[in-house]
Amino acid sequence: MTEALVQVENLSRYYQNHCAISNLSFSLKAGEVLGFLGPNGAGKSTTMQVISGNLAPTEGEVSIAGHDIIESPRAAKAHLGYLPEHPPVYRESSVDEYLKFCARLHRIPSPQRTGSLDRVKQQCGLTEVGERLIGNLSKGYQQRVGIAQAIIHDPPVVILDEPTVGLDPIQIREIRELIRSLGSERSVILSTHILSEVQATCDRVQIIRAGELIYNASTESLNQGHEQSYAIALRQSPGLEKLASLAGVDHAEKLEGGRYRVFFAPDSTPDALVATAVERDWGLYELIPEQQSLEDLFIELTHNEEANAQ
Amino acid sequence: MIWVIARREVGAMFLSPMAWIILAVIQTILGYMFLTNLDNFFLLQPQLTQLANTPGVTDIVITPLMQVAAIILLMVMPLMTMRSIADEKRNRTLSLLISAPLGMTEIVLGKFLGLVLFIVILVSMLMLMPLSLYLGTSPDTGKLLSIYLGMLLLLASFAAIGLYLSSLTENQTIAAISTFGVLLMLWIIDWISSSVSNGQSILTYLSILKHHQAMLEGIFKSSDIAYYLLLITGFLVLTIRQLDRERLL
Repeated sequence: MTEALVQVENLSRYYQNHCAISNLSFSLKAGEVLGFLGPNGAGKSTTMQVISGNLAPTEGEVSIAGHDIIESPRAAKAHLGYLPEHPPVYRESSVDEYLKFCARLHRIPSPQRTGSLDRVKQQCGLTEVGERLIGNLSKGYQQRVGIAQAIIHDPPVVILDEPTVGLDPIQIREIRELIRSLGSERSVILSTHILSEVQATCDRVQIIRAGELIYNASTESLNQGHEQSYAIALRQSPGLEKLASLAGVDHAEKLEGGRYRVFFAPDSTPDALVATAVERDWGLYELIPEQQSLEDLFIELTHNEEANAQ
Repeated sequence: MIWVIARREVGAMFLSPMAWIILAVIQTILGYMFLTNLDNFFLLQPQLTQLANTPGVTDIVITPLMQVAAIILLMVMPLMTMRSIADEKRNRTLSLLISAPLGMTEIVLGKFLGLVLFIVILVSMLMLMPLSLYLGTSPDTGKLLSIYLGMLLLLASFAAIGLYLSSLTENQTIAAISTFGVLLMLWIIDWISSSVSNGQSILTYLSILKHHQAMLEGIFKSSDIAYYLLLITGFLVLTIRQLDRERLL
């Protein structure tokens, strides 16, 4: 299926006179994971609330699996699982009761309900805590219950607003794996301000700032075409100019403690650097590729514009 | 779908001690009052037999009991309705219902049905007291049915008003106090009518307990039923519109 599962066209949203998002357009195919990046207050959550039908758009259209969210909200919402910023859990009920209620809300017929319940509990690592009250669970577990709620009806589109907030590193890794497995046949929209998360899980990244879409590209193309930098450490320093003159090296800069950051031109490798270092006995003991391209881009895009505005 | 939400509402009420305590307190106080009224009836009984067209046991014991019950419940119902939407807003759980494939109408009707189920439990427990009279005497069955229906309609309209005011705020206390204020106002609105003869009919018509009084006396008028149904429908529509409007803000 090549048709877009989520189609957003010229979406704008105002809170009174304050513009939260303006003229946003994008689409998402099945099997794609879209990362939504932006500084605080950029309009990430608002966009997600509009797509999920929790807020009405001021202008523009949102359609999910071909159903308009305003004109046929029920059909659209049936194809959607949404985890808001704060997991919408009832603290006084147990995990099982809560998930059963969600299953009923999404009209899962009762013969399949137990199956769906077991599936999401396993996917989200909740099998052990089914009997416990949600209010007594830690933040991380409540977050997992929130994710379980969003995928219990097996929706083709899943929207997760900062799903890894409050989780420990092991849980974060589990959730990322879960998101990737969801993304194999579904469309997932994920908002976060953790940049490595986007690089780890998303096929495509969109950066949004002050309500406007300022960057939209696949994560693969992010790593290509950019100059690659390596941090190196040498026991005997040959000097900056010597380094910069090596084959494939674009330029270099000196760091503290005999370290250098060497920038290579696109599509070149540090082979020549290593060979020369061995040959001339520079004592190369560290060679670390720096994958900061997304972070650099993010800071560049969000910061420069701010500076321009001032 | 409405039923799914209503069931959760009732479940949540009985998970917290609130519903149990309200039922227990009301039952105890009204039980005591029932015994007092019954005692008075025994005192009056010798004199009653000498009168023509005497009031029966229902008029002397049950009607005053239910009058008091209506006023106590006017103070208690705001406590039951305050949580329904305000709490979901504060805990941000409302988006769970909104993101599910159902309309605002279903959400509001589900919440209201949940409250009505609680009311049915409450009033049915109160009606056990008049029913116990069947052991020793023969109360007026038609009148008891009218009282039962009257109580249900009265409390359902309290619930509809409470639900609306709960949808206006995130704060339970504000919801409870404003509901209490509106209900009290609807009760006392016709007190002025004795001096203002012009506005009397309309103020009397607005008074929520006047309509109830007729039903307690066994007078079953379609205008009273229409009043309650209009009130309930009106406030439910307002609640639905309020929640829809919040998506636009």
